[in-house]
Amino acid sequence: MSAKHDKHKSKYTLDREYPGAFEGETVTRRRFMVVGGQGAGAIAAASFLLPALGFAIGPIFKSSPHRWESVGSEDLFNPNNYVPVVITLNPEIGEAGKSTAYVRKFNPAIDTDPYDRGDSYIAISSRCAHLGCPVRWVDAAERFICPCHGGVYDLLGRRVGGPPVRPLDRFYTRVNANREVELGPRFSVNSELKRFSPRDPGEPLDGLGQYAYPSRPGAQKL
Amino acid sequence: MPKLPAPPIPSSLQAPPPRPGEGNGKATKPHEHAAEAGAAVVDWVDERTSLSGGARWLMFRKVPKGTNWFYTLGSATMFAFLSQAVTGVFLAMYYRPDPSGGAYESIRHVTNEVFLGQFVRGMHKWGSSVMVILVFLHMGRTFFFGAYKYPRELNWVIGVVLLILTMTMSFTGYLLPFDQRAYWATIVGVNINGTGPLLGPYLSDFLRGGPEFGATTLSRFYAIHMLLVPGLIAALIGAHLYLVAKLGTTAPPWLKAEQNPELREADA
Repeated sequence: MSAKHDKHKSKYTLDREYPGAFEGETVTRRRFMVVGGQGAGAIAAASFLLPALGFAIGPIFKSSPHRWESVGSEDLFNPNNYVPVVITLNPEIGEAGKSTAYVRKFNPAIDTDPYDRGDSYIAISSRCAHLGCPVRWVDAAERFICPCHGGVYDLLGRRVGGPPVRPLDRFYTRVNANREVELGPRFSVNSELKRFSPRDPGEPLDGLGQYAYPSRPGAQKL
Repeated sequence: MPKLPAPPIPSSLQAPPPRPGEGNGKATKPHEHAAEAGAAVVDWVDERTSLSGGARWLMFRKVPKGTNWFYTLGSATMFAFLSQAVTGVFLAMYYRPDPSGGAYESIRHVTNEVFLGQFVRGMHKWGSSVMVILVFLHMGRTFFFGAYKYPRELNWVIGVVLLILTMTMSFTGYLLPFDQRAYWATIVGVNINGTGPLLGPYLSDFLRGGPEFGATTLSRFYAIHMLLVPGLIAALIGAHLYLVAKLGTTAPPWLKAEQNPELREADA
């Protein structure tokens, strides 16, 4: 065997003329200890870092159960104007977990978009689709108006002015056995009122937006 | 070493100078014993750590001509951070990150009832704005004096990370009083994070600890505000200072380098 050639190519430490090399040895004891020590350290660090990381980002992947909440009997609502109702989005944090929704009966004259068919009540979330401030329904103007940055929405919750990137979110509705209207999970809509799983404010759902702002992993279709 | 003038104390009250042959350089008075004991403790530590060399390296550096008050903005920022750290530690002794009313109540208690509570909370609250302003002034000084150039680019990068971390502190601290302003500012701030494409929605869910503002959002912000980010800031300030000491202070841009007079002769 040509020693000159094998000096750098051979896998045996003896051929590579390492001091103290053994016959048939491919990794020196020193190299083995270095790699073993660093590997053991990496495993030890990963054994507490990975669970801690998972613990911190776990809520992203958690799906919350659907809540249905009664907001009053059917006679409260009419097809022509909105009635504000207080709903509890998160029961664990007291007042901060409550929000307002605007509810009216389905009106075939104005709810003409194909995606609206089938719901007997329309419930609009008061969370502005710009950055999440609470909008209010202004009866005289027949508009939802946001106090923070001037977002304006029409009767159906579609944007007519200001910075919002999509219409107001809605809630699923149903009527229970006591003839009370119940509000269920939130869903988002694009400018054609096509339904999407709930997205955060500021995330457009038209065109490329629906791909740039993906649905959250825990979201379930109703 | 030049001697300071003696304080104007009547000679009858002054200690008489030692008589020739008395003491022989050894400590005889109590305060001399105390000074020697102090020096002995410092010597004991220094003999075992060699810290004094590092302290001398950090503190007694050559500084170029023309350094001026603008060069104190970095230290000012650091002292603003130290003030925030100290007042923050003591505020944490009273604060409760409880979203169902306890957080607001504990802040109200600190402000209205705790002795000096309003003052310490005020220092923390106004100090946060002071720190942000000082960070920007320090950044401006570095930029306009050209102090970010080779070999100090890495220190600029560390400084930018420190700026972002300071902003994170401002953002997470804003929620803690848990009043209407804090709540809605956080809703808006988290949603601004969410407008970043692809990763934005995940970032907002991480900040809130779920799809909606929930029970753990406040404790999450509190942990980020008082454990995660301050540790990072302290570590990066250490790195920042090390590089300042290692690379030295820049001269102001209007100062020309002084030529060696011998070389000047040679030029002529």
